[in-house]
Amino acid sequence: MPTPSRYWREIPQRYKLEAGKCKNCGLVVFPPRLVCPRCKGRDFEKVKLAETGKVYTFTIIRVPPQQFVDQAPYAVGIVELDDGVKLTGQIVDFHFDDLKIGKRVRIEFRKIYEEGEAGIICYGYKFVPE
Amino acid sequence: MREVAVIGVGMTKWGELWDKSLRTIFVETALLALDDSGIDKIDSMYIGAMSSGVFVGQEHLASLLADYLGQTPLPATRVESACASGGLALRMGFIEVASGMSDVVLVGGVEKMTDLNGHEATYALGTAADQEYEGYHGITFPGLYALIARAHMEKYGTTREQLAMVAVKNHFNGSKNPLAQFPYEITVDSVLNSVMIADPLRILDCSPITDGAAAAILCPVEMAKKMKKPVVKIIGSGHATDTIALSSRKDVTWLEATYQAAKKAYSMANKEPKDINLMEVHDCFTIAEICVTEALGVVEKGKGGEAVELGKTSLEGKIPVNTSGGLKAKGHPVGATGVAQVVEIVKQLRGEAGARQVKGARIGLTQNMGGSGGSTLVHIFERE
Repeated sequence: MPTPSRYWREIPQRYKLEAGKCKNCGLVVFPPRLVCPRCKGRDFEKVKLAETGKVYTFTIIRVPPQQFVDQAPYAVGIVELDDGVKLTGQIVDFHFDDLKIGKRVRIEFRKIYEEGEAGIICYGYKFVPE
Repeated sequence: MREVAVIGVGMTKWGELWDKSLRTIFVETALLALDDSGIDKIDSMYIGAMSSGVFVGQEHLASLLADYLGQTPLPATRVESACASGGLALRMGFIEVASGMSDVVLVGGVEKMTDLNGHEATYALGTAADQEYEGYHGITFPGLYALIARAHMEKYGTTREQLAMVAVKNHFNGSKNPLAQFPYEITVDSVLNSVMIADPLRILDCSPITDGAAAAILCPVEMAKKMKKPVVKIIGSGHATDTIALSSRKDVTWLEATYQAAKKAYSMANKEPKDINLMEVHDCFTIAEICVTEALGVVEKGKGGEAVELGKTSLEGKIPVNTSGGLKAKGHPVGATGVAQVVEIVKQLRGEAGARQVKGARIGLTQNMGGSGGSTLVHIFERE
């Protein structure tokens, strides 16, 4: 259950796909970091993630955590974007039988889940067929 | 650095212990370990517990447990590294005795998980993943290991049946362990027909939700030699980390932290994988045992599934893995698991493992990992 501030500070990543690019070695990291995991560099520039990529691996969640109970079953995967960054997210608008490793996908802005009792509606990226 | 021995171990029956609180489960177990060691005076305690704050709303755990064990005012420390908390407690106790700071240290692990319902427990365990970039998108722990399983199957041709054989093997071993939560044999068919949790993993690929604790007493080898019990020494200790977000790893099928921790432990012990007689590893899901045996160098990269199928890791095999039944059959009270692995190895090396005894076992290894492999502890034990 994110508080408004916890939700708000992740918005640059979840809404605008802001990543960091190491000025020393060129590695793109998402979410942004203060230290480059490859070269230990500390200077980064803001870049936007590639919006297309392919499915690296996936699963279909049938026993979800509490806040996703009304969505199950749903697919979650790791997608390797065309800029080399891998990230985790739901893969939607596929028939489960059509979902395969290597399928091309693109990022779309979607609702992730809703908290009840006038809580936050949580948005972010999901993957859809390219 | 002083040589360190394990002189006492304790574990009670694991399961859904509705009539027992966390503190009771822990104290019963710690008393067994103390009685087994024959020592009544300890210098300090380390407790591994992953998430008592979420599972039972109780933090400040080390003091509570020292109090109920009748050990205040001695120092007590709770350590956390998700499902590797127990292994971490062992390492901290090992360092404290080796350094000479303390002579006798009680190392324990405990988790009380069944006070929550299934969805709440799934959430509690999920806190070991990257909350902002994995948990936010609805992934679960079975889901993370399912991502690894599918990638392993795609890359190496590991089969669904081979995954099932890990569970069948560990339940066979567990059927010989009266303390196991599920001491029953299962078949490949029953795994393949069990309910789907996160494709391709089914319920019988998953370790259960368990209440339980385990404890061990450490002291210098010189002191242990004066006692009546066979002396089991800790000859290697390795600890390593990896990214906790699975997506940040180059190859999700490779457990780099396990590889690195094992490398350190083998080097300290001056042993190689071929010298190990048996091991207890972190089979939180069937695919995990396959990846772990590869990272420990027991089998070639990509051949973990084949090794199970050929019986290489079975009780009568070349290198028996999870003779206790593993997390799968014995149960997985997360913080306790790393210490329970020590209990099994010590019993085996002393020749006290009953129907599941590995004949002539002299050197054993434990591997305990947190989350989807973001932390790992490896220890190597030798009977004098």
